[in-house]
Amino acid sequence: MTGRDSTVTVVLLFPDLLGTYGDSGNAVILAERLRWRGFGAEVVTVRSGDPVPAGCQLYVVGGGEDLPQALAARQLGPPTTGPLRRAVDGGAAVLAVCAGLQILGTSFVGPDGVQADGLGLVDCFTRRGTGRRAVGEMVVEPDTELGLPALSGYENHAGVTSLGAGAVPAGRVRYGVGNGDGSGTDGLWSGRVFGTYLHGPVLARNPALADRLLGWAVGTLDPLDDQEQEALRTERLAAAAAEARRGGRRRLVGGRR
Amino acid sequence: MSPTAVESPPGLPARTRLAAGIGGAVSGLSRRLGRGGGSVVGGRAILVVDPDALHRLAAGHAVALVSGTNGKTTTTNLLGAALATAGPVSTNALGANQPPGLAAALAAGPPGAMAALEVDEAWLGRVVDATAPRVVALLNLSRDQLDRNNEVRQLAASWRRTFAGRARTTVVANADDPLVVWGAGAAPDVRWVGAGQPWTLDAAGCPSCGGRISFEGAAEPGWACRGCDLRRPDLDVRLEDGAIVDAAGRRTDLELALPGRANLANAAMALTVAELLGADRQRSAAAMSALGEVVGRYSSVQVGSTEARLLLAKNPAGWLEVFDVLRPAPVPVVVIINARVADGRDPSWLWDVPFERLAGRLVMASGERSRDLAVRLRYAGVEHRHQPDPVAAIGAAGARQVDVVANYTAFQGLRARLAS
Repeated sequence: MTGRDSTVTVVLLFPDLLGTYGDSGNAVILAERLRWRGFGAEVVTVRSGDPVPAGCQLYVVGGGEDLPQALAARQLGPPTTGPLRRAVDGGAAVLAVCAGLQILGTSFVGPDGVQADGLGLVDCFTRRGTGRRAVGEMVVEPDTELGLPALSGYENHAGVTSLGAGAVPAGRVRYGVGNGDGSGTDGLWSGRVFGTYLHGPVLARNPALADRLLGWAVGTLDPLDDQEQEALRTERLAAAAAEARRGGRRRLVGGRR
Repeated sequence: MSPTAVESPPGLPARTRLAAGIGGAVSGLSRRLGRGGGSVVGGRAILVVDPDALHRLAAGHAVALVSGTNGKTTTTNLLGAALATAGPVSTNALGANQPPGLAAALAAGPPGAMAALEVDEAWLGRVVDATAPRVVALLNLSRDQLDRNNEVRQLAASWRRTFAGRARTTVVANADDPLVVWGAGAAPDVRWVGAGQPWTLDAAGCPSCGGRISFEGAAEPGWACRGCDLRRPDLDVRLEDGAIVDAAGRRTDLELALPGRANLANAAMALTVAELLGADRQRSAAAMSALGEVVGRYSSVQVGSTEARLLLAKNPAGWLEVFDVLRPAPVPVVVIINARVADGRDPSWLWDVPFERLAGRLVMASGERSRDLAVRLRYAGVEHRHQPDPVAAIGAAGARQVDVVANYTAFQGLRARLAS
């Protein structure tokens, strides 16, 4: 466990490639929540082409478009010896959102529409969906083992993710699409790796999830005053519930007004 | 410049004349009922009666289109002012930038008028096909309305297909934005303007080869792909100490009433387009300089005992330009955020805005998504208070002056309330 006299490093992976949906905010949030508790914390931003450090405590990888996603996967590989694999083997916690989740699996859809190799860090694979792009508010009831309240977020993806036999979903979808493979689940978690389709960014709306990731990385944490964050989470959960009552989503894939 | 039931231009097919007449009547009715400018509903009526009306109405006009993510409305207004020094102008100055608004603007203008039309960036290809424009200005491309224009480089690619080999159209394009350069690069006739693009995060991956684009290293602002030969083109028009300088070295000094670097860049684009349509450079510059507000943007209003200056920013790139024109601290800033369809339903872009720059002053978090903003400000370490009601938020700032920054529907909503 890391003591408060040392600095915790949050590695933000490739925001220039996978930063389309504000997911870089997740790294800011993790670092701030450590600082509020008296830890030293810094965000190290790794841009495309920079070396990826393997010895840090927290890694955040976000969502983005097809071509940048493939570029990011190439730079995090190869699966068995790449820096992210070594970081996870060394006990690091990883938050992977959307395209980030997809590249952590065994395969995903490349920009040419052909299956591309993922990092194989977690047991899932992603195909291109045939139906509507999944866009909208989303609510996930997290896996009970995680001990977290309902998660709120916003999804925006065309990928359909299927989990392998050994993988545990991050939660069940109460509203929205999530993995979209008919299982009614979202994302997955495995050891200290948490993957999800929730943007928002997810840690802005779900402070308890942020603290779960931080707990994995640095041990037990004091509670914080999260009144504003909880007010946001409550508002978004209520908005999703109201949308569901009105009959759910009607917007189409890449839909125009 | 909303449409009125003017007599229809001669030379149009009967069906288009009928469509324009009905559209004008519908617009007028909508206005009389207090439903806004009426151009969209009138334009829809035109297109229902004659689906080809946009093509037919554009024939006989010298058309200039303005597109891009940010600055469309301002640039179109600047262009309209410049062109008006040379002759009558049809324009959708209020910002109705999809086919109904365009059809209404063309139907309302006098026959043979020059047309200065802003076009939604996702509709540009279809509008170029329909209107055969003389000039198209391409300002910039960046993330905006993430829930619908989810792949900004797809927009750049569609622009590229639109302009490839298109003769008789001159493209005036921002050389500082790699996505715009890719989008305009296949056009036979391009004038490159050094209009700047402080926001670079959407162009880090080369739109041509996927390699990394480097924005550093050059002596003057520039960029180049490390993997292929895509790079900033040589400039035809540049900004220099508040002046616009063309390839021949002709210098036009501008004393714009509109504030900020971005508006000087918008003026450079507008001036280049206006000159291509035959407007005089100096008279255009003078007309543009006099423009003080654009559909309420940059205007000041009195709210109780507070003077509020109204600014619009609807995405991270727009915010980078707005920081440039905010009055210095401790003048409070009231930020109003909605996430309706026209804003994009996903406000997570708030996390791409460096709100940390507002530290040292009070920020009021307001609008329908004020709670998202409040959380963002909390993590940015910015002193803030939460007041969803925009008018109440302006008062609660407790200052003689505030700057108000709102996104699209928040801005419209506030103006409507202040006018009532």
